[in-house]
Amino acid sequence: MTMTETPTPPATTPSTSTPVSPTAAAAGATALAPAGAPGPTFSGGSIELQGVRKAFGRNEVLNGVSFSVAAGEVVCVIGPSGSGKSTALRCINRLEEPTGGDIRLDGESTLSMSVDTLRQRVGMVFQQFNLFPHKTVIENMTLPLRKVAGLGKDEARARAMAGLEQVGLGGKADYRPVRLSGGQQQRVAIARALAMEPEAMLFDEATSALDPELVKGVLRLMADLARRGMTMVVVTHEMGFARSVADRVIFMDRGVIVEQGRPAAIFDDPQSPRLQAFLAEVL
Amino acid sequence: MDNFLQTFLDWDLISEVLPDLLTTGIKNTLLLALGASVVGFVVALPLALMGLSHRRVLRWPARVFTDVFRGLPAILTILLFGQALSPLGMSLFGPSPFPLAIVALGLITAAYTGEILRAGIQSVEKGQLEAARALGMSYGAAMRLAIVPQGIRRVIPTLVNQFIAVIKDSSLVYTLGLVAGEREIFRIGQDASVSNANLSPLVAAGLVYLLLTVPLTHVVNAIDKRLREGRTPFEEPPAALPGGPAPVPAATADDLLPLGRH
Repeated sequence: MTMTETPTPPATTPSTSTPVSPTAAAAGATALAPAGAPGPTFSGGSIELQGVRKAFGRNEVLNGVSFSVAAGEVVCVIGPSGSGKSTALRCINRLEEPTGGDIRLDGESTLSMSVDTLRQRVGMVFQQFNLFPHKTVIENMTLPLRKVAGLGKDEARARAMAGLEQVGLGGKADYRPVRLSGGQQQRVAIARALAMEPEAMLFDEATSALDPELVKGVLRLMADLARRGMTMVVVTHEMGFARSVADRVIFMDRGVIVEQGRPAAIFDDPQSPRLQAFLAEVL
Repeated sequence: MDNFLQTFLDWDLISEVLPDLLTTGIKNTLLLALGASVVGFVVALPLALMGLSHRRVLRWPARVFTDVFRGLPAILTILLFGQALSPLGMSLFGPSPFPLAIVALGLITAAYTGEILRAGIQSVEKGQLEAARALGMSYGAAMRLAIVPQGIRRVIPTLVNQFIAVIKDSSLVYTLGLVAGEREIFRIGQDASVSNANLSPLVAAGLVYLLLTVPLTHVVNAIDKRLREGRTPFEEPPAALPGGPAPVPAATADDLLPLGRH
């Protein structure tokens, strides 16, 4: 993964290897190799948050959050729980309606487009996977393809199978989600979102509910998507992932962005006392 | 003792009434119960969805309907419906009281079924709706395709229990007056009891009810057990892995692959 200096998009082609520094390795940052055959590259869209506010009643959760994610860029959002990072993410596809500010997808205000259109353009992956337990893996994939994207039966199945193969789970197509490990379920959830061919992907603590030994498989898949040019906003507690995969890291606390920058700057040279304290806690 | 046996277990009377119970009786009881359950389900589903709405104009009518039909004795509802609407019923359905009885029983069971379905739908994790919506489904599509089917699955045992209750409540339809071919299990037993001044036919009717309801309670228990074991009601059990049954696989090889570098 290229670590670009500016928020310009990284190359959509697989990048050259980046040596991992001993300190990075000590911090748990490990470069993530592709899972198998390289998948197709994506042409992601850009996302821009402009002074986004969100209040639940009198409780102000977001107090003017602004950041932009260029096409193909990967931005990791870190911060203590209750900092508003998940809320900010959920505002992007309007699972939460912002109470102020604007969010733009490829320059177009998301607040003025229909939520269903917006969500077809921006995929989301949840902490709890949220596969539909009454459907098989392949049915989980084809349901939105048929009912939302309007694909025919055969086309939906073909696209679903291709997506499953890419996450290495083609053999599990006819299983129920309950019979898959958490890591496998999350990879199906990622494939399900990807199959809709979104312009950007949102990850809301996608590995937080996984047993430790299952985390890497999911992170590796996410790193693979990043390498292939998907625009990604990743709320995560995986500092190693943020360090090695993110183009930029945003640190949020109490509803505002406290500090942002390249991973090396954030992790090795934090400026604000709050970020220093947070890193001292988690690293 | 002889007197007791003769009053309750007169085999001659029982064997005399049994054919009628097993043919006409079961047929009419099941016709009433199934018809009412279909009506009940069709009314209950919108009732449940209305009850879950954020909008008061939808929630309120559902609440009132449920409170009224759950709060009245079944026999009163059936009698009022059957009598008050009988002119209308006559012109719509002809002289048989069955259609009105099915509607009345259906509305009663709808009130209960609506609450059962609402509880089931409500028990589906919030993340399921969010995931469906996040995939671009409208609220209606998400409910129809993802949430309601899961909710219904979870309450299948309770729905079967409700069906058992309808079978029993269908006995109250006798109050609307039934001609010979329309009599259900209870009425056949009662008629034979009255004309013979002996309770044995009613005992026979009771046994026929149990013949219907007891197997159903076992079906409930079986479904309930499977649901609690985490499988969907009609799925094959997972193949046993060497070293013992393990329905949820542990980490697989590719979960465990060491991370390379790039």
